[in-house]
Amino acid sequence: MATTTTLAKADESVEYAARLEHVSKSFAGPGGQQLVLDDISIDVAPGEFVTLLGASGCGKSTLLNLVAGLDQPSTGAITTDGRPALMFQEHALFPWLTAGKNIELALKLRGVPKPERRGKAEELLELVRLKGAYGKRVHELSGGMRQRVALARALGQESNLLLMDEPFAALDAITRDVLHDEITRIWTETGISVLFVTHNVREAVRLAQRVILLSSRPGRIAREWTVDIPQPRRIEDAPVAELAREITEELRGEIRRHGQH
Amino acid sequence: MASTDTTPAQDAGSVEAGLDALETQATGRPTLRQTLVNKILPPVIALAVVLAVWALLYPVVDNPSKLPSPAAVGSTFKEAWLQGDLLGYIWTSVSRGLLGFFFALLIGTPLGLIVARVKFIRAAIGPILSGLQSLPSVAWVPPAVIWLGLNNSMMYAVILLGAVPSIANGLVSGVDQVPPLFLRAGRTMGATGIKGIWHITLPAALPGYVAGLKQGWAFSWRSLMAAEIIAQFPDLGVGLGQLLENGRTNSDMAMVFEAILLILFVGIAIDLLIFSPLERWVLRSRGLLVKS
Repeated sequence: MATTTTLAKADESVEYAARLEHVSKSFAGPGGQQLVLDDISIDVAPGEFVTLLGASGCGKSTLLNLVAGLDQPSTGAITTDGRPALMFQEHALFPWLTAGKNIELALKLRGVPKPERRGKAEELLELVRLKGAYGKRVHELSGGMRQRVALARALGQESNLLLMDEPFAALDAITRDVLHDEITRIWTETGISVLFVTHNVREAVRLAQRVILLSSRPGRIAREWTVDIPQPRRIEDAPVAELAREITEELRGEIRRHGQH
Repeated sequence: MASTDTTPAQDAGSVEAGLDALETQATGRPTLRQTLVNKILPPVIALAVVLAVWALLYPVVDNPSKLPSPAAVGSTFKEAWLQGDLLGYIWTSVSRGLLGFFFALLIGTPLGLIVARVKFIRAAIGPILSGLQSLPSVAWVPPAVIWLGLNNSMMYAVILLGAVPSIANGLVSGVDQVPPLFLRAGRTMGATGIKGIWHITLPAALPGYVAGLKQGWAFSWRSLMAAEIIAQFPDLGVGLGQLLENGRTNSDMAMVFEAILLILFVGIAIDLLIFSPLERWVLRSRGLLVKS
């Protein structure tokens, strides 16, 4: 099977922000080739918010790496609309630069001319409600603020697709709750497509329009839910909790299978 | 701030502003008094203790050709200063040391980068480069004299052989310690190849590089002193190493002490004036310097 990763031109009108067609990935392991992802096909529509949910070993992070172009699928094809932006569980901000300069580096690498960078960086900081943090060093910011600067930097890439790899997993519950509101607001304001990986079921339901459950070892698409609870949602809302309970049952079933042999 | 009819977005914004305020700590600089008590006073006391022990030992040893009195060493300093020689001794050695270090920097930096990035080169000369660090640089003086003769080039050669491995090794370990996450983040932003080295690898490796520079200076200075003590030639001028050797040949213990103290002080002064501030600046800007 052909292995291709195509970057479609940004001006081309496409009906998806990312298209994964029969993507499989195996790594050389101790017992020969180990299949990590098996026949994954996902379309992310422009402006859509999709969460990928799964237990350990479902290959979530491998999948994001493939979509980000950091690695190549073993078989299958991935097409994205330009180079996607990627946000990690750790903020990954560069400590030798200030918050503002971190964002400006993303702009610079994208080819934004120097005189425009400062203004754009300030705009992006304002979008994540960190006006005035331009000159702050990374270690002077709290965990939540760092993730917001990382979000601003990712948005600075002006990509049509934002990949998020458990970005709020390391934050405390209060901060995470506030950042859920933030990412929903920014997603609505910018119209960016989001592919969000998490192992937190409520988080998945709180944020997404579509939740995709992956099985583990190898990662396959187990089930998919459309979430039509209107935004703004809260994580403690009854419909969110209800759907989360249903998905959790399914997830537990998936996990249980691994203990049976 | 919360009023009866805020929108959800405004509500989240005000909660967020509160969290930010709660989680941001105010950082201040130490006052002059604190600096005086914590940083200046301890070494001054230590120095006073050393002088006191010296003064007490002098009558016990009672042999000025073995242990000169602090006063005798002090008057040697005063004499050298009054004759206008003191700064000359220092300048001869310091100018050599810094120029040699500068050349070592020019050679060691690209060398370190190549060793860090090219697998074959690393396997070939990486172990030799680390091994060279443990070779006392005084061992290079005899071959350097034979190859280059008794002149300044020989001094610079010895400095280079002492300092280049330290600088290169510092950069290699700095590059090795760059967190892979930074490289991944850089690559998703389009920093690959040369751009990746310039924008991500080099700045991320700076703390290791600066530690290498610091060590490189210490090695330069030591190598130079070894070269100056061994290689005596009138045309070379009198640096601190020659001063030490002159003291020995004249059996002038006060001059020997003078030379040793000068070598020590110059080494410390260059470190305090150049390398330590550089290191502190690099570490502090990254939040890596823990305030004591």
